[in-house]
Formats: sequence, C-alpha cells, structure tokens
Amino acid sequence: MSETTKNTALFALVAALFVLSGIFQSWNASLTILNMALISAIMALGVNLQWGFAGLFNVGVMGFVALGGLATVLIGAKPVEGAWSAGGFQILLALVLGAATVVATVLVYTRLPAGRTRTIAVLATLIIGFFIYRAVFDPAVAAVEAINPAMHGNLGGLNWLAVGRDASVRQADLFVLLAWPVGGLLAAGAAWVIGKTALGLRSDYLAIATLGIAEIIIAVMKNEDWLARGVKNVSGLPRPVPYEVTLQDSSSFVERATSLGLDPTTASTLWIKTLYAGLFSVVLVVILVMAQLALKSPWGRMMRAIRDNEVAARAMGKDVTKRHLQIFILGSAICGVAGAMMTTLDGQLTPGSYQPLRFTFLIWLMVIVGGSGNNFGAVLGGFLIYFLWIQVEPMGTWLLDALTSGLPDGNALKEHLKGSAAYMRLMTMGIVLLLVLRFSPRGLIPEK
Amino acid sequence: MDFLNALVVLSNFVLIPAVAYGSQLALGALGVTLIYGILRFSNFAHGDTMAFGTMVVVLVTYLFQSWGLSLGPLPTALLALPFGILGCMVLVLVTDRAVYRFYRQQKAKPVILVIVSMGVMFIMNGLVRFIIGPNDQRFADGERFIISVREFKQMTGLSEGLAIRTTQGITVVTAIIVVALLFWFLNKTRTGKSMRAYSDNEDLALLSGINPERVVLYTWLIVAALATVAGTLYGLDKTFKPFTYFQLLLPIFAAAIVGGLGNPLGAIAGGFVIAFSEVTITYAWKKVLKYLLPENLEPSSLVQLLSTDYKFAVSFAILVVVLLFKPTGLFKGKSV
Repeated sequence: MSETTKNTALFALVAALFVLSGIFQSWNASLTILNMALISAIMALGVNLQWGFAGLFNVGVMGFVALGGLATVLIGAKPVEGAWSAGGFQILLALVLGAATVVATVLVYTRLPAGRTRTIAVLATLIIGFFIYRAVFDPAVAAVEAINPAMHGNLGGLNWLAVGRDASVRQADLFVLLAWPVGGLLAAGAAWVIGKTALGLRSDYLAIATLGIAEIIIAVMKNEDWLARGVKNVSGLPRPVPYEVTLQDSSSFVERATSLGLDPTTASTLWIKTLYAGLFSVVLVVILVMAQLALKSPWGRMMRAIRDNEVAARAMGKDVTKRHLQIFILGSAICGVAGAMMTTLDGQLTPGSYQPLRFTFLIWLMVIVGGSGNNFGAVLGGFLIYFLWIQVEPMGTWLLDALTSGLPDGNALKEHLKGSAAYMRLMTMGIVLLLVLRFSPRGLIPEK
Repeated sequence: MDFLNALVVLSNFVLIPAVAYGSQLALGALGVTLIYGILRFSNFAHGDTMAFGTMVVVLVTYLFQSWGLSLGPLPTALLALPFGILGCMVLVLVTDRAVYRFYRQQKAKPVILVIVSMGVMFIMNGLVRFIIGPNDQRFADGERFIISVREFKQMTGLSEGLAIRTTQGITVVTAIIVVALLFWFLNKTRTGKSMRAYSDNEDLALLSGINPERVVLYTWLIVAALATVAGTLYGLDKTFKPFTYFQLLLPIFAAAIVGGLGNPLGAIAGGFVIAFSEVTITYAWKKVLKYLLPENLEPSSLVQLLSTDYKFAVSFAILVVVLLFKPTGLFKGKSV
C-alpha cells in the first residue's frame, strides 16, 4: 500500500468516526466535537512546529492558549463605560513604568562593571521601580474594579462599534474575528520574552520553564480582575455567526429547514455549528498550507538539520539560537490563534477551566500519536485524540456498567466505580501515549 | 517588648510555616534529584507519585480510624505511613518494569524519557482520581497544637501569640530523620556508594562490576519512600487533593534545579530557598512592621509584595534567575 493511500485511509477512518457518532449519537454532538477537534488540530500544528521541526520541548501550551482567549475578551468585548477614564490609562502607565524598570535593571546590569556596586545598583533599581509601579498601579486598579463589580469591574474590550448597539437585538459581530490574529500576536509577544530567557537552556530546563510560565499566565488571568474579571469570568462575548434565535425568527430559514425535514430549533443549532466549522476549517487549511510550505522550504530543511545535529548546524554557520527563538514564537502564535478561536466558540472566558492536562499534555499526545514532524500527522492526531478524549467517557461509563452489572444496586463499590468513570479518560490517554511511544514512536503518519 | 512581639509574629506567620513547607519541598526535590542523578531524566510524574503514596496512606488511615487504632496525640497517618511507602514502591517498580526499563535498554534520549514520564503522569493522575476522587481529604487527627496561641500568651505575657501545629513539628522531625537516613545510606553503605558511583560516571561504574539494574531498583525504592513521606507530610499540614500535588511539581523542580540537579545536598538547600522566598514575598508585612517602625511611619497598606496566588511566580522567578546566572545551581549539580 502506498503512503498516500495509507494516509488517505487514515483520514477517511477518522472522518468515519465523526459520521458514525453523528448517526448513532446525534449530529449536534458530532459537530460540537468536530469544532473543538479543528481547534485542537491547529494547536497540534503549533506544537508540531516547535517539537517536530525544531525539537523544542514546550510544555506551556496552555499559557499561550489562554493568552489567545484573553485577546478575544480584550478585542471582542464592549469597553466598560467609564473604566478607561477611571483608571485605564493609569494602569497602562503603570505597566509601562514596570517595563521601564525591567529595562533599566538590564541596562544597569550590562553597563556597570561586575562588583558590589553593580549588585546594589541593580537591587536599588528593582526595588524603587517596584514601589513606583505599585504606587501608580494599585489606585488605578481599585478605581476600575469599583465600577459595577457585579457586572463588570474590568476594562472591557476594544469593540467600540458595539457601544451604541441595542443589547436585546442579538446579531453577528465580525469584529471579534480580529481577536484571532491579535491572540496570535499576544502569544507571540509572551513567547518572545520566554524564548529570550529560556531557550538557551537544555531541553528539560526549557520544559520546566514553560510549565511555570503557563501556570503564571493562568494565575495572572485568575487574579487581575481589572483585565478580564478573573475567576468571575467574562461571558456573552460577541460571535462572528448569527444567533440561533435570529435564525428561528427568519421565515425563509424555517421554510428551508422544514423542506429538509428538520425542526427549526435543531436546524438552527446545526447550521450555526456548521458555520463555525467552516470558519475554523479555513484557518486550519491556511495554517496547514503555510506549515507545509515552510517544511519543504530551505528554511524547513535548516530547522530539521538544527534539530538533528545542533553542533553540525552551528558549524555550518547557522544561528541556532535565533532560529530556535523564531520557531518558538511562530508555534506559540499558532497556539494563541487557536486559543482565541476556542474562546470565541465558547462565547466566554473562564480562566479556572484551563488545566495543563487538557491544554498542554493532550496537545502533546495529539502530536506524538499523529506523528511528530509531519503536519498531516499532527492534524490527524488532533482529530483522533480529541474524538477519543470526548468519547472515552461514555465508553468508560458503559464498560463499568457492564463490569458491575453483577453487583446489586446500591453496592458501595458499584456506586464508586460508576462515579469515577470520568477519570478513565486520563488513564486511557496515558496508556495510548505509552503504547504509541513504545510500539510506534514515529506516530501514525511518520515524518518523511 | 515591641521587638519580641515582632519576632513572634514573624515566627508564627513566616519562619515556622516556611520551615515546614521547606522540609516538604526538600523531600520532594530529593526524589526528583535522585532520579535525575541515576536515571538521568526529569520525572514529570513525581508529583503524582507523591499523590499515589499519600492516597494509600489516607486510605489506610481511614481504615485504622474505623478500627479505633490511633497514636494518641500523634496523627494516625504516621502509623499508616509504612503501608503507603510499600504501596508506592510497588507502583513505581511496576512502572519501571513496564515502562522505563525498555527505554533504558534502548539508551533513549533524556527528552524521550521525559515524554514517557508525561504518559506515566497521566495514568497515575487518573488512577489516583479514580480511586479516591478529586476532592479534598482531611486525614490529620490527634492533638492539633504543640503550643497554641493562648498558651503561648499566658506563658510569656506577650501580646502576640505563637502557635506550633503538631503537623509542623512532625514535618520537621520526620524530615530530619529521613534526610539523615538517606545520607547515611548514600555515604556509608555499599549500595549507596555504588549508587553515587553510578551517578558520577556510568561507564566506570559498570566496569567496576556494579549491577545497573540493582542501582536502579534501589533508587526507585528510595524515591518511592521519599515521595510518600513528602506527600503525607504536605497532606497532613494542608489537605490532600490530587490536583495540588500535580501543581507541587513546579516548586519541587525549582528547588531541585536551584540546588543543582543531581545533588542531594542542593535539593535540601533549594527546598528551603524556594519555601522561604515564597512565604516572605507573599506575606503581608504590616503586622511585623507595626511593631518595628515608629508610630508615625506605620504603613497604611498591607505591605504585601505579591498576592498569595502568585507563589508559583516566585518559585519560577528564582528558578529563572538561577538558571541564567548559575546554570548548574547553587551547589554544583550536573549540567548535562
């Protein structure tokens, strides 16, 4: 069997899984899984760029995804009335001052000769800078968070177009699409800072550094209420597609739905999900094509040369550090775009829901199962693993039901096992990862 | 008097909690550092290994409590600890046989082993949640305080009180015993010496007739014991919650790296460095400064440098600074 047939067969198999789930469960559920699978595939492409192309071990995917989500709020949401005049600009000023402190510290450190004077000067700059920053920052934050805390208490977004709009008329707002590239930019900015400091380190140090950064990004998003309301969550974000209610009110839509033999409510949810799937597919295809072109370009060959033998590549005059930084930023930006898309799909930002097992390690599993170094492999892995991730839970429940069917109802063990079925999927994912690494370490679609 | 009061407040809220937390981190970091030294990879499953051992301890404690067994003023968990260690040893040995040994024989790159340990982490994480559930478990019993605030105030007549919880006392005492045993083992016994030799230079150790599988076996046994003790002490001091143990991975790694990966002494020092920085930076200093500064200078705010939710940021910042300026850690670790 040639390689192309095999790969096509694999993709057809995964597509069949979605169709089967549509027929036997419901098309609504199948489309819901498909939408998240599309987003996961984009994240997997980002990780594949870093790990598959360049061998960079980034376990901070969750942080970049969350930054993308933050961008959706900062761009898509309506600005909160009075927040900017109350303290928004002062917060920006404080952040600039904070950044200036860091820059000044670095300057002092690099300009002064080593010795006790330098240590004292560095510490002094840091401490004085920190206190000035807090003096400007704290009152501004208090002012912003005091604005209608039950509803807002944050700065809101930059969606000025939505200000005068009547909230009761729900309509599609394409402005929120702008958040996707901005999410990528935000993640890229964070990746630049991390890459500058941590990329020179060995692989496992980079892993721990990125793991830490991701936790910190989540901590910031949970605690800085002025930014995106923290754990109070932002909901009701605008969406780029029409609302179900609007569709159900439109007579032409109802007519078309009935002619297809569907009731309007089901038809509207299905249509909305299909629209989302279309949008996400466009992004996925664009990124996939770009990644594929990059892989085949001289740049891609250079990346793989660096990955396979860093010393030799350096000897050939390649700037390894710079290339690593470059690809680290690119991969993280893709994760940021996917994160923004996910928050758009959810229509809300809930910082408490970002879990490393779900948003970092699951993405890694997708890349490894699909085939690291191969873009199609990463996409396939994204679809397959996300499908399994969702479906293992009902399967686990079913399995445990079958296993415990001999036990009488109300038996403590039976109840416990049934209640724990949800954790089956963590175990299943771990077992899948170990099996693939052991018996097929190059993944389903190996690198050429 | 004011100075004494300030000192008491400082001990109560900063020194004693930091010493207890530092001991827990040090024990955790010792496990990470031993695996790094002997098996040569960063074990991402360490937090969940700790959670598994602690889970066995919790379950056995509940069993003993239902039988009415107890240690009087001491927590019953101490009685259950050996069972937890045994359970954890079985788990890591099975994992090693089923998973890690294959890659060891293949001489796989360390980064592959790290990814493998991620898979193990998934499984252990699922296993723990499957057995005991994701919720908080409080299993500390016995006397709550060695000295309570009221007793201390009556004893000394100071206006500030000092409380030492039993769990904090037990943590420090246990940590000292465990560390002493570990260092005795590593420095005095034949097996310990062969472990150090293997860690220093694998080829030379193999040439001298050291059996690598035996070294690995003992390493896992020790790591399981350390992880269970660290996890149980942390659980007694706070509560047992599987997700928290996963999150402990970051400060534990930070401690091991700050001290110098592969260096046991460094792991202990690193644990205390991380714990003290976390606690001092996230503590509201107002109460201490109130006693130390003259009245007109009394601070109006809490004088808290960072909110407690940013404690990860603290361990992370220290980690980055150490990595940038002294990549092998404070004590010379491996820089492979």
